[in-house]
Amino acid sequence: MDSMDKTDLFSLYRQMLLIRRFEEKSAEMYALAKIAGFLHLYIGEEAVAVGAIAALRPNDYVISAYRDHGHCLARGSDPGKVMAELFGKVTGLCKGKGGSMHLVDEGKRFMGGYAIVGGHLPLATGLAFAGKYQSLDQVTVCFFGEGALPSGQAHEAFNLAALWKLPVIFVCENNRYGMGTPVERAVALYTDVTETARSYGIAAERVDGMDVLVVRSVMQRVVEQVRAKGEPYFIEAMTYRFMGHSMADPAHGHYRTKEEVEEYRKRDPLLLLKQTMLAQQLANEADFKQLEQEVGEVVAASIKFAEESPFPSPAELQADVLME
Amino acid sequence: MVLSYREALNQAMREEMRRDPRVFLIGEEVAYYQGAFKVSKGFIEEFGPRRVIDTPITEAGFTGLAIGAAMAGLRPIVELMTMNFGILALDQIVNNAAKIRYMSGGQLSVPLVIRGPGSAAHQLAAQHSQSLEAWFCHVPGLKVIAPATPHDAKGLLKSAIRDPNPVIFIEAQLLYGTKGEVPEGEYTIPIGIAEVKRPGRDVTVVAYSKMLLLALKAAESLSREGIDVEVVDPRTLKPLDLGPIVASVKKTGRLVIVEEGWRFCGLGAQIAESVYAAAFDYLDAPIVRVTGEDVPMPYSRPLEDAAIPDLPRVIEAVKTLC
Repeated sequence: MDSMDKTDLFSLYRQMLLIRRFEEKSAEMYALAKIAGFLHLYIGEEAVAVGAIAALRPNDYVISAYRDHGHCLARGSDPGKVMAELFGKVTGLCKGKGGSMHLVDEGKRFMGGYAIVGGHLPLATGLAFAGKYQSLDQVTVCFFGEGALPSGQAHEAFNLAALWKLPVIFVCENNRYGMGTPVERAVALYTDVTETARSYGIAAERVDGMDVLVVRSVMQRVVEQVRAKGEPYFIEAMTYRFMGHSMADPAHGHYRTKEEVEEYRKRDPLLLLKQTMLAQQLANEADFKQLEQEVGEVVAASIKFAEESPFPSPAELQADVLME
Repeated sequence: MVLSYREALNQAMREEMRRDPRVFLIGEEVAYYQGAFKVSKGFIEEFGPRRVIDTPITEAGFTGLAIGAAMAGLRPIVELMTMNFGILALDQIVNNAAKIRYMSGGQLSVPLVIRGPGSAAHQLAAQHSQSLEAWFCHVPGLKVIAPATPHDAKGLLKSAIRDPNPVIFIEAQLLYGTKGEVPEGEYTIPIGIAEVKRPGRDVTVVAYSKMLLLALKAAESLSREGIDVEVVDPRTLKPLDLGPIVASVKKTGRLVIVEEGWRFCGLGAQIAESVYAAAFDYLDAPIVRVTGEDVPMPYSRPLEDAAIPDLPRVIEAVKTLC
């Protein structure tokens, strides 16, 4: 385990808390019809994005699927711009044209959320390829759910990454369910999906995706190795989604029990880190209370910004289809 | 100088790869095999395996990789062994290449060329003979080019490689060996500019790619019967340069559109709609379309011949308007 530095752990906790409160607020805004379309919440999985992205440098690439708010915020995007994007406002990261599933923040090297399952894994190999082609000291981290694992495009991407030794880290967020279908009914090698990567000669390991310190520590080692060797790596982060698949799906749904969700909630990533910090006497309840307040203000400000921002003008409809 | 269409493409890519180190060629058999149709002959020798990259037979994977590389600032040329195999990469082309700029609100761009032969050759049967340009033209965010001559092929491919957008560049197996005059030295042809390939007074024929050669032959034959055909080649299918087509129709009052693709929802239907909207009052007769038949391409020679526009059908179509 890393050295227990108070500021450092608070920073990790703060990022996870920001994602949690941001998304809780998003759900509220969805109920108020301020946000529409599909909204896939990352609640419960925050330790994966925060731990993994903490191991990266600013010029490394990050790419994700449609459950992407967490990765975008962990990469340091402005919560106001992210919320404005969810509201479909012109001040959003993508001028309101992408929405929840397609956040992009080029300045943060957050190369997007993609909503065709498996379709962004080849893009990740391309980002890594570009780094290698230009001899840049750069890695690409690609987040995706275990639901993408059996897709053909994922396998094509694994093969190319291994074949051409591309510096890409595939982070499989195994939250047990592809929408409502559990992994054992979707993935042949479900007992250990890292076998999928190993079958292509990609080094792989499973991590506890609920423990942000574990995720970060493993990722720091892996990122260093991938940077040095220029070969792909595969991480299976065992995690769990506390909310439904999307806002159309109640928290536990027909495909899993309330008890199961409650069981996983005992290992809430925020709770785990808080317990560690309290046990190590690195923080007290008052510290957390203050953090709650700070983060609450950031989220409230993001809502205010989104609310007060204008919708895109009609002229935006035709803009950005092609580059001049 | 006289070059084959194949050599013109080879020169275009070679010049652009020399000019811009970000340009690389990726696809099945492009390196050591020298290209399935020898378009990249000599490339591996000149540019080496870093920039001339043989892929496994996984179109979605390597097209997606190229799109990712383009997002990161490189300028990939993807060779599809044939455009038919682009179907395997359609998710990447339609959902990623075409949309990333828009979805990101203009933050990202995808400077990418996807090229390869479309349309029928000789008896390649149903899965290797398709003209899919209408599919690509349907998708906002893509440019689509289908040149007919070595001159246009070279000039337009160079422009496509320099373009900051995803460009689908459709060649034809039966054009690779055709020859034509190509200027010495550096030149480009802007994307989105049609050209009158043969001036005439009586009837306008719009045709592109392989069908342009057929239209010119028909025009030659009809001229002996006193019918003066003007042949317009859009060259770029999207964005379509409607101006020269409309100008021609205003002159002749009659239009025939020749395309090899399937009739229903074919590109000619769109061209016709655009011309009706822009020049209805100038038309002396309904627009006539000569198209491929709405069937999977049969293998058998006489059946295949029957499925593709030929000289008698183009001549007959023009005559119905005269």
